[in-house]
Amino acid sequence: MAKTIYVDNAATTAMSDIAVEAMKPYLQGIYGNPSSLHSVGQRAKEELEKARETVAACLGAQPREIYFTSGGSEADNQAIRSAAYTGAFKGKKHIISTNFEHHAVLHTLKKLEDEGFEVTYLPVDKNGLITPAQVEEAIRPDTALVTVMYANNEVGTILPIREIGAVCRERKVTFHTDAVQAVGHIPVDVEEDNIDMLSLSAHKFHGPKGVGVLYCKKNIPLKTFIEGGAQERGKRAGTENLPGICAMAAALQDAINHLYENMAKEELLRNILIDGLSKIPHSKLNGDRIKRLPGNVNMCFEGIEGESLLLLLDSKGICASSGSACTSGSLDPSHVLLALGLPHEVAHGSLRLSLCPENTEEEMRYIVGEVPKIVEYLRSISPVWEELEKGQRKHLI
Amino acid sequence: MALYSEKVMDHFTNPRNVGKLDDADGIGEVGNARCGDIMKIYIKVKDGIITDVKFNTFGCGSAIASSSMATEMIKGKPISEALTLTNKAVAEALDGLPAHKMHCSVLAEEAIRAAIKDYYDKNGIAYDPAEFPEPDEHE
Repeated sequence: MAKTIYVDNAATTAMSDIAVEAMKPYLQGIYGNPSSLHSVGQRAKEELEKARETVAACLGAQPREIYFTSGGSEADNQAIRSAAYTGAFKGKKHIISTNFEHHAVLHTLKKLEDEGFEVTYLPVDKNGLITPAQVEEAIRPDTALVTVMYANNEVGTILPIREIGAVCRERKVTFHTDAVQAVGHIPVDVEEDNIDMLSLSAHKFHGPKGVGVLYCKKNIPLKTFIEGGAQERGKRAGTENLPGICAMAAALQDAINHLYENMAKEELLRNILIDGLSKIPHSKLNGDRIKRLPGNVNMCFEGIEGESLLLLLDSKGICASSGSACTSGSLDPSHVLLALGLPHEVAHGSLRLSLCPENTEEEMRYIVGEVPKIVEYLRSISPVWEELEKGQRKHLI
Repeated sequence: MALYSEKVMDHFTNPRNVGKLDDADGIGEVGNARCGDIMKIYIKVKDGIITDVKFNTFGCGSAIASSSMATEMIKGKPISEALTLTNKAVAEALDGLPAHKMHCSVLAEEAIRAAIKDYYDKNGIAYDPAEFPEPDEHE
């Protein structure tokens, strides 16, 4: 099969035709600067505000609560720092998060720790979940912020955001969620889910790269970190990325229009992969089987290393991802897999397949046919596998 | 630009000398599974010449390619020459490795030295222990 099978949609997605079409008018025709007073600028301004309304409606928010950013990382940075500094002003310098957040969150929290904030990292359980009770127990009088991701980017688990949000509301603590993997894939509603701040990124739901949103509830203070013009109500300077913003709004609307049918389709495909790949001996599905993104598969295969698996899959036309150390550029495997309690040697052999509605059953069957052959080959040349099979090393999964 | 050179990809996808030698005269194993790479090299020695060599490797593409290239470079060579093989020479023969993958070539050099040391030990051949420092613990 010469065709490329792209199953790395959690990394990024292809732009949909709808998003591409939505972008085109703003590249040349409606090119004005929304801050300009003339008609060309004001035309652009109208479209910008239409896009804001669309995004707001898709999230259950008000348009004035939507701030366009350069993507999920910027939104995470701004939300967390803003809530931290707002809290610090009132003497609150404690933050609660989890130990398996995206690095955009974890590295921001690390910087805040260097600045004198204290962060409680709630440990996820072996299925990659935390409970609202864990959050409740960790809240202190000086807690400024709770930040918990909506769904995990590697193992695909969906966290109890609504319940955590309810705890935060009751205890009057600002609640931020990195919803980059969730929005456009599962139902997300900032009102119903008790969310104060939310980050999202367009390229995860077939929109363009370099554009995202920070939702910030109207009574929650938001600090500015990119200084300059008065764009985004003074909260984020810089001429708006109108082509990107309009394409994002169209992609999000499209995702929401087809949310449940896409979920059903992805789940069907996902289950073919999980059922097929689970037949490989000494393999393991990482992350809860039920509370899981419809398009996420994450498995470990004992005795092999993930990067070599990815390279051989790529040679078969399959584009996937791994949490092995070699793919992270460090010697440690993914912090997410370690947070789930996987031993290092097992975490090195991980494979993530993340789907989109354009994937097909035929592709899934091809993957289910190819992966076992590659795993078997890599095991045949692996001294670790030899020791496992001879009983000189204990099987861990 | 691809992550790896064509040479690396060639040695990764078609590794030379892969396998085991049941009657090996020396076996060297370095690395650890926790860090994500283990290399095991088997050598057969006759009259001071490495007549055959095989490897098994658990690791990334560059670890497998480094094993393959290193075994090619010592096969049929006198032990004295194999001992002069450096990780740099292995990496160069592969048309280079990304900076964070250089440790894979180090493992290959260490695995060969470990196999030769094992051969010396098993055959009561005297050597200067200083020539065979304990491989670095890869953290």
